[in-house]
Amino acid sequence: MVTTDVAVKFTLNGIPMERDVPPNWTLLRFLRDGLGFTGTKCGCEIGECGACTVIFNGEAVNACLVLAPQIDGASIWTIEGVASSGRKLHPIQQAFVECDAVHCGFCSPGMVMSTVALLLHNRIPSNAVLKESLAGNLCRCTGYLQIIEAVRKAAESMDDMHLEKFRR
Amino acid sequence: MAKENPQGNKFNVIGKASPRVDAIDKVTGRARYGADHSRTGQLYGAVLNSPYPHAIIKSINTERARALDGIRAVLTHADIPGAKSFGGIVPHQMVLCSGKVRYVGDAVAIVAAETPELADKAIELIEVEYSPCPVVSDPEQALSPSSPLVHEDGNLCAHHKVRKGDIETGFKNSDFVIEHEYTTQKVEHAYIEPEAVLAEPGENGGVTITGSVQNLYSIRRAVASVLNLPLNRVRVIQATLGGSFGGKDEAMSAICCRAALLALTTGRPVKMVNTREQSMRESYKRHPYKMRYKVGVSNDGILQAMEIKIIADAGAYAATSQFVTWRSVVQATGPYVVPHVKTDIYAAYTNNCYTGAMRGFGSPQICFAVESLMDELAAQLGLDPFEMRLRNTLKDGSITATGQKLTHRVTLDEALRNVTSAGGFKAKWLANREQDSASPIKKGIGISCSYRGVSLGAEGADAAGVGISLQTDGSAVVTCGLVDMGQGAATTISLVVAEELGLSSDKIVFLNADTTVMPDSGPTVASRTSFMAGNAARVGSTILKDRIAPVAADMLKCKASALVFCHDFISAGSSRITLAQLAAECFRRGISLSAHGWYKSPKTTWREEDGTGDAYFTFVYGANLAEVEVDIHTGRVIVTKFISCHDVGKVLNINGAKGQVYGGVAMGMGYALLEAYAEEDGQPKLGNFDEYLLPTICDMPQTEVIFLEGDDPLGPYGAKALGEPANEIAAPAIANAVANATGRRVRELPLTLERVLLGKNLIPGRERGSAMAKGAES
Repeated sequence: MVTTDVAVKFTLNGIPMERDVPPNWTLLRFLRDGLGFTGTKCGCEIGECGACTVIFNGEAVNACLVLAPQIDGASIWTIEGVASSGRKLHPIQQAFVECDAVHCGFCSPGMVMSTVALLLHNRIPSNAVLKESLAGNLCRCTGYLQIIEAVRKAAESMDDMHLEKFRR
Repeated sequence: MAKENPQGNKFNVIGKASPRVDAIDKVTGRARYGADHSRTGQLYGAVLNSPYPHAIIKSINTERARALDGIRAVLTHADIPGAKSFGGIVPHQMVLCSGKVRYVGDAVAIVAAETPELADKAIELIEVEYSPCPVVSDPEQALSPSSPLVHEDGNLCAHHKVRKGDIETGFKNSDFVIEHEYTTQKVEHAYIEPEAVLAEPGENGGVTITGSVQNLYSIRRAVASVLNLPLNRVRVIQATLGGSFGGKDEAMSAICCRAALLALTTGRPVKMVNTREQSMRESYKRHPYKMRYKVGVSNDGILQAMEIKIIADAGAYAATSQFVTWRSVVQATGPYVVPHVKTDIYAAYTNNCYTGAMRGFGSPQICFAVESLMDELAAQLGLDPFEMRLRNTLKDGSITATGQKLTHRVTLDEALRNVTSAGGFKAKWLANREQDSASPIKKGIGISCSYRGVSLGAEGADAAGVGISLQTDGSAVVTCGLVDMGQGAATTISLVVAEELGLSSDKIVFLNADTTVMPDSGPTVASRTSFMAGNAARVGSTILKDRIAPVAADMLKCKASALVFCHDFISAGSSRITLAQLAAECFRRGISLSAHGWYKSPKTTWREEDGTGDAYFTFVYGANLAEVEVDIHTGRVIVTKFISCHDVGKVLNINGAKGQVYGGVAMGMGYALLEAYAEEDGQPKLGNFDEYLLPTICDMPQTEVIFLEGDDPLGPYGAKALGEPANEIAAPAIANAVANATGRRVRELPLTLERVLLGKNLIPGRERGSAMAKGAES
């Protein structure tokens, strides 16, 4: 069994990093167990629930379906990097709080990351596009309606500059 | 208790839209769930499950696993120091099996290793020799005398009955009688967070468990008895819960006992996190029911008699089956006046995955049956479903099936009127029956309603505590023995304290439950938290306020009765002080700023012999309306509109209340259309969300929520319950809408494409592919 770690260079939430990662680790495992970034959640490990959604080079991906060595050269954003400082929420997060789109909260980091990716590509999404973009994120508590409301609110109230960093 | 609010009927925070107290932690990734807790030097636990649903264990050989580098413990039943089994009602579920396995979620051995990979490797090296036994998979057959036994003392897990009037007289008084069988499927809670715990050896020779635990006190009892420790040496701390819906209650005993056992054996912290597959395989589900209803009605549409026989599949262990089926037997006639009732419900042991508490707790099944039945009766009588219900609904002073007189305000008719008028029910229902035959898309509309007993009722002890500690800067720490699992309990309880003490809710920090901090408050179940903890929070706040008010009166030189606590100030006329000033002064004078509120539920009664009594101290009422579009070429059902009306007594937080309803509707829609935990001869046929389908954001219809505030005399500010009512009648409203669209009744859930299209389910046979084709030819 080949278990030689693989050297990877990447940026995480805007911070350049170099690490050696086990070749059989997923990005999800690396984030949580390797780096201690536990905001990204693990719900199914087969890419069905979306709780581990992160931004990978500007696209929403399920971190459980990406192998850690694949992040070499990539820019990754996780929920920990969404708010620009420790105290002030990002407008997307603020909208989730205000619309009560957060119940147990386990799906919330993934929902927020999918929303970031959606709005990066489509600043004023139609209802159909909005739903399709979040269809890969399962939520068992909210019935989704307050999430839709939050995404709408964020899209309408947010300045473009709040999305800039995720493009890098 | 029911002190007038100083502002009269106006509240400062109650009933308004308040943000959740834990929302910011949850949207920033700061909230720490079970699997987010780790310790330096921790080991990883893993479980060896039985491959057989029913088998005798002949031998277990752990030698090869033990010999592996990096393995710190390999344990079997022989290594358990205390009780070998657990169970809240029947303590017969083995932590690690010896003798016999009874379902594929049973565990035979556990390991602790330096890495998760090593733990899995060691599991593969454990050799167990089994002698398979005949599998009991049909609950009805399980009750026949010739069935193989799942448990030595017989396969009957529970039997409850209700007797009212004389059933023969009832049928004699009827102009016609109909008889139908309804079945509901086994479903999974499908909380997005799989179970996770961290067990650490404690300094006092005990153990501390931090994890995704819904009922801390029953878990603590199980762990203490299995480890042979006194209760005070087992500390259970609730991590932020990623959903539960009843599922992380008793089921967590298994993983907690195993992790604790490994931690105490190795002397190191042990982390155990279930994969989704493990979670689905092991954790209990909602009971599938088979329900036979024989109902007599007179020509004027008045119900005369109901004879009901229900068989529930308890699976391999009792868990809460006794209580789940008890709620069913109490509510089995639906929210209707029926003079003659004979109900029997049986739960049978099988070798299927065991079943227990899930949102609704025995009500979604019977709601589906009764509410389908009411529509079928209406059709027979030529009445519309609304009129049929109105002629029979419970009203003020009505007597329920168990002989309980309803002494509170019964708002069922109001709820029904609200949904039918908001949805334009009657006109649409009639029009849908004469749709253009050329179009494959048929519209349907359906209604449903229910009554539901609040809290535990006559199940058992029903009390809860809330702790409040005011700080000298005017902030407060609040905690409770009941938990927030996403339903918003932390926010509700904080709001009650904020209202009573005149605090801003952002001045409150709510601490997750911890068995060393709060006394046993029972389980966070039965939609009881707002009622029980809300009342306890009021009691605690009142105690604290009564203690600090005289100091404020002294400071403001007025009578205590003249004080107004509001917006972090205490005022009397034009002079005022801050709550911080008051708290600091109390501290200086040596007056305690901590209080503990305890609330015990009002009395309930029950006679098991004939199933009579005041089963619950109060009830809630609700009605749902669903509109659907059915493609009669494919059987596909799309829910296009939903209206949900509930009498919650009083809305405590409008945001949270609406969210509970939306979530309940979504879960009910999954129950109606998508979800089924399929098993074949005790073997699960699915294990993850690729095959167990949940509603997504694309499936959710436009949903209108209407709240009635019937103002319960006992509830905090009049509040009752909402979590489960919001879920239990969604499926029958959808099923009734589908029947309205297609003209055909489906009496089985879920309403899959083939059931809607063909009237039956296409169950895949044992053989697949070419083997199946061959079988079909011969």
